[in-house]
Amino acid sequence: MSAEQTRKLIVLAAIWITLLLAPYWMVPLGGYTALATRVLVLGLAAMSLNFLLGFTGVLSFGHAAYFGLGAYGAGLTLKYLAPSTPLALIAGMLLGGLCGAVLGTLIVRRRGVYFAMVTIAFGQVFYYIAFQWSSLTGGDDGLRGFSRQPLDFGLFKIDILSSADNFYFFVLLCFALAVGAMGFILRSPFGRTMIAIRENERRSRFLGIPVERHIWIAFTLSCFFMGFAGALYALVNNFADPRGLHYSQSGDFVMMAVMGGMRSFWGPLLGAAVFVVLQDYLSSITVNWMSFVGLLFVLVVLFFPRGLLGFIQRSKA
Amino acid sequence: MNVLEINNVTKRFGNLVAVREVSLNVAKGEMCAIIGPNGAGKTTFFNLISGFFPPTSGSITFDGRDITKLSTHERVTLGMARTFQITEIFPELTVFENVRIAAEVAGGFRLRPWINRSEAAAVHARVEATLKLVSLEAKADRLVGELAHGDQRAAEIAMALALKPHLLLLDEPTAGMGDQETFQITQLIRRLHRDSNYTIVLIEHDMRVVFHLADRICVLDQGRMLAQGTPQEIAANEAVQAAYLGNAA
Repeated sequence: MSAEQTRKLIVLAAIWITLLLAPYWMVPLGGYTALATRVLVLGLAAMSLNFLLGFTGVLSFGHAAYFGLGAYGAGLTLKYLAPSTPLALIAGMLLGGLCGAVLGTLIVRRRGVYFAMVTIAFGQVFYYIAFQWSSLTGGDDGLRGFSRQPLDFGLFKIDILSSADNFYFFVLLCFALAVGAMGFILRSPFGRTMIAIRENERRSRFLGIPVERHIWIAFTLSCFFMGFAGALYALVNNFADPRGLHYSQSGDFVMMAVMGGMRSFWGPLLGAAVFVVLQDYLSSITVNWMSFVGLLFVLVVLFFPRGLLGFIQRSKA
Repeated sequence: MNVLEINNVTKRFGNLVAVREVSLNVAKGEMCAIIGPNGAGKTTFFNLISGFFPPTSGSITFDGRDITKLSTHERVTLGMARTFQITEIFPELTVFENVRIAAEVAGGFRLRPWINRSEAAAVHARVEATLKLVSLEAKADRLVGELAHGDQRAAEIAMALALKPHLLLLDEPTAGMGDQETFQITQLIRRLHRDSNYTIVLIEHDMRVVFHLADRICVLDQGRMLAQGTPQEIAANEAVQAAYLGNAA
């Protein structure tokens, strides 16, 4: 094994150990477990967006739509269909992913600014549906009246509603599955065609890659991951909010990804952690917390264009 | 047998006729050079062959199959590979990774979410053999973006070769090169033609390169095919001398 591979393994082990032990080190540092859970879920969303942005090179500014659809899919399942947490997660993931698959067929024909604009437009359509269809979605008040259910293994049940630690570990398991799938895809021949498209679309086309079809697949996969993250978010809050579909939420995800480092796999998780922790801390001090987060974002983009993680990696190399 | 048959192809952009009723047949194993003054329509002609855009009229046959309406990636899948006047590579990937993407696509793995050991080994061997062919094996782990211009060119040719093409289209392979690099690339193309028996169509400005390499030369002028023939015939052709070589002299 080369030194490079060893270093990567050590970093990977450090990341997972940090995440596994989060409930134990966050509390002494003045945090709380539910905050760590939010970091994981929003981090997963930012990583899902970055699957498309950082590794295929197309910028979606409407990804909150698929996140929100996942949240409503999970909430509606728990409220009206079945009191099952796994079923809610699957329903949310399918709703986000399938809507992404259908709209993706129209979106992938555009590039650059036009791609971003079309994604915003479709995202806002879902926002207004959630906002207006009060009888189903609860409208402006959001979807209430459901809660995450204990995990039923037949012989025993695990309470994830009242035990914050149990719920954190459940979310971590879901996070690990999704992130593992993403990493697996990115290391595959298909994943390498995504990177090829990011690096040089014309060359990719002239290597025989049907670029639009591959972007569509990447977009759809990204929407499935996004829907899954959204479903987890509904479980975190026991609530689904129409603002979770709004393009300003999409903007937050883009900020997390860019701030953390969109060329690195783990960067968006770091970006989400900084964003969520700052939001939690600053919003207890000032209602203008967003201006501070915005200032940090501007500084990062100006001085560390590869993001926080990109900067750390570069200075080590 | 002809690998490529182009019949009366015309391309208009609005009022401009960039290529006017050009026909060309390329036999298997042949090396055909396209020359002509700037604006003669050479690159447009290349773009028509490789499917960058469809012709206004006329037809193109590749390996006996009408490809006039096929997209770029479909033509590549049928065995047509090209390089560009301005090198098109993946600058932030290594030489090995650049060529591996081509080899994996050629192996039919592009949609695969996994690759097994023996398949990966076959791809690996293919990449190494291709790098050896273009003498880049020592630079396999370097980022392509950091290589010298001539090596980037060789890397681009390697990507095209990894596709196992029946027809190689090279758009000004020596553009922007010094004498030493031009010599190296010329030797490489010569090896591909003589030793590996590739069918090659190239656009080239450097007359030394053209007369050194080509079995046949086609002269385009103002979108028309002015003349075709062996290098000796073209050198002796008065119309060509007047339109092109005469101007250069």
